[in-house]
Amino acid sequence: MAYSDKVLDHYSNPRNVGSMDKNSNEVGTGLVGAPECGDVMKLQIKVNPQTNIIEDAKFKTFGCGSAIASSSLATEWVKGKTVDEALQIKNTEIVKELALPPVKIHCSVLAEDAIRAAIHDWKAKQGAAKPVAAEAK
Amino acid sequence: MSTDVKTIPQGTNGHPATQEQRTAANGVKLPVYMDNHATTPMDPRVLEEMLPYFMEKFGNAASRNHSFGWAGEEGVETGRERVAKLVGATPKEIIFTSGATESDNLAIKGVAEMYREKGNHIITAVTEHKAVLDTCKRLEKYGYRVTYMPVQKDGLIDLEELKRAMDDKTILVTIMAANNEIGVVQPVAEIGKLCHERGVIFHTDATQAVGKIPIDVNKMNIDLMSISAHKMYGPKGVGALYVRRKNPRVQISAIIDGGGHERGMRSGTLNVPGIVGLGKACAIASEEMAKEACHLAGLRNRLRDRIMGRLDEVYINGSMEHRLPGNLNISFAYVEGESLLMGINDIAVSSGSACTSATLEPSYVLKALGTGDDLAHSSIRFGIGRFNTEAEVDYVADRVVETVERLRELSPLYEMAKEGVDLKSVKWAAE
Repeated sequence: MAYSDKVLDHYSNPRNVGSMDKNSNEVGTGLVGAPECGDVMKLQIKVNPQTNIIEDAKFKTFGCGSAIASSSLATEWVKGKTVDEALQIKNTEIVKELALPPVKIHCSVLAEDAIRAAIHDWKAKQGAAKPVAAEAK
Repeated sequence: MSTDVKTIPQGTNGHPATQEQRTAANGVKLPVYMDNHATTPMDPRVLEEMLPYFMEKFGNAASRNHSFGWAGEEGVETGRERVAKLVGATPKEIIFTSGATESDNLAIKGVAEMYREKGNHIITAVTEHKAVLDTCKRLEKYGYRVTYMPVQKDGLIDLEELKRAMDDKTILVTIMAANNEIGVVQPVAEIGKLCHERGVIFHTDATQAVGKIPIDVNKMNIDLMSISAHKMYGPKGVGALYVRRKNPRVQISAIIDGGGHERGMRSGTLNVPGIVGLGKACAIASEEMAKEACHLAGLRNRLRDRIMGRLDEVYINGSMEHRLPGNLNISFAYVEGESLLMGINDIAVSSGSACTSATLEPSYVLKALGTGDDLAHSSIRFGIGRFNTEAEVDYVADRVVETVERLRELSPLYEMAKEGVDLKSVKWAAE
């Protein structure tokens, strides 16, 4: 599979790898995918409750090169955005940025799902869970 | 004109260079080729033998009335003798084809058509190559009944189950000698014995086995056997089918009609240089196979030990005891195969991961062993061959270990497992 330079760069130098305390109220955790499918992404965000701005993001991914690159890129993009802005990130933008081939589009979908799942988790902790899952599709 | 093989650019270990060469710290030339089940580099001795048959001895082996034809025929018949000798056959029992896929098709379809009145039942195994499985599937459309036998956890078929699967309509058993993914060697002699006791024809796809482990068509009661040149340091595009002529005489219908070449079983002008190359590859194997097997098993075990000694949760797929000497197929838990291949991109190996297949399904062979889909996604096949060295094995082991360690640090599954989470109990959110 011929990958774009951007995928190779994220694979070789993944941004924001790591974990945050998933029990912290400021942290939202999204865990999507399944080992049987060959892709699992964990994406975490740390949100400033005053400003709703995502101040930090971390990820860990089990998956192919494009899955790693998609989640790495997702952490870069959500940082500095408000949660509502982050919810606007579309998988198609990830496909475009990384020049993913058609068979790898599901990796970008998973990354979008991971962002939404993390935000959903954070909102649930704030006691203001909105049905984001419903509007995800 | 004269030909001189020494003018061919030499790459790592004497086989021709095809890519820009880099060198690793321990002197290993990169990239390292360790995918010898996919194909093997040609042995320079094979190429040397083939070269005259392109330009000087270009004749059609079927031209009976001039010296050009005789030269071609001589090359073909020498090839036929050499192939026969390697597997204990007689030259007349060797039919040349374009490769093992064609041989599989010819054997299975040829028997199905020829013995249609005797029965319509065929037995094969779920871990066979697609050339066998898809041929059987096609025959099902034409009214044949096919039993796809499961395999045990070690990849071997259960002989008792094979016995039970046979009935009075069974005309053919087709079970491979050695598997292309996991290198597991089936009990060919026992299967052959069973078939002959029941009067059932036995075909074996021996693409990965011939030239690697001893095969004797008489001792093993093999009736039909597929052979490929490019898996044993010969050229691509040429292979053979062994067709038994005595005890019992096996007949097959042709699937390619035409000039009646190869005793009417396979029409088409013979690929003379290819056949010469296949013959030379077989002659080399006859001489060197025993010694080479020890060398390959030594390298393979070294690779296994150097990887498994340094990484936990690494699993070997398939029997270690009944296995080709050059094969190692292992799963690295918590690491996805394609991402691992990306990390070792100066090493040519294969993965059973869905991401590396056209179908986006993980390896059906590994699934048949009962390997979970997660571990099938995490599998790598190493195929060690004639030209691999100890230094290459050490380099590959180091690169694999460091890449697996890096990717595990990146893996949420590894983190969860280390925290004591039972991954099987997690309810995974579907995409």
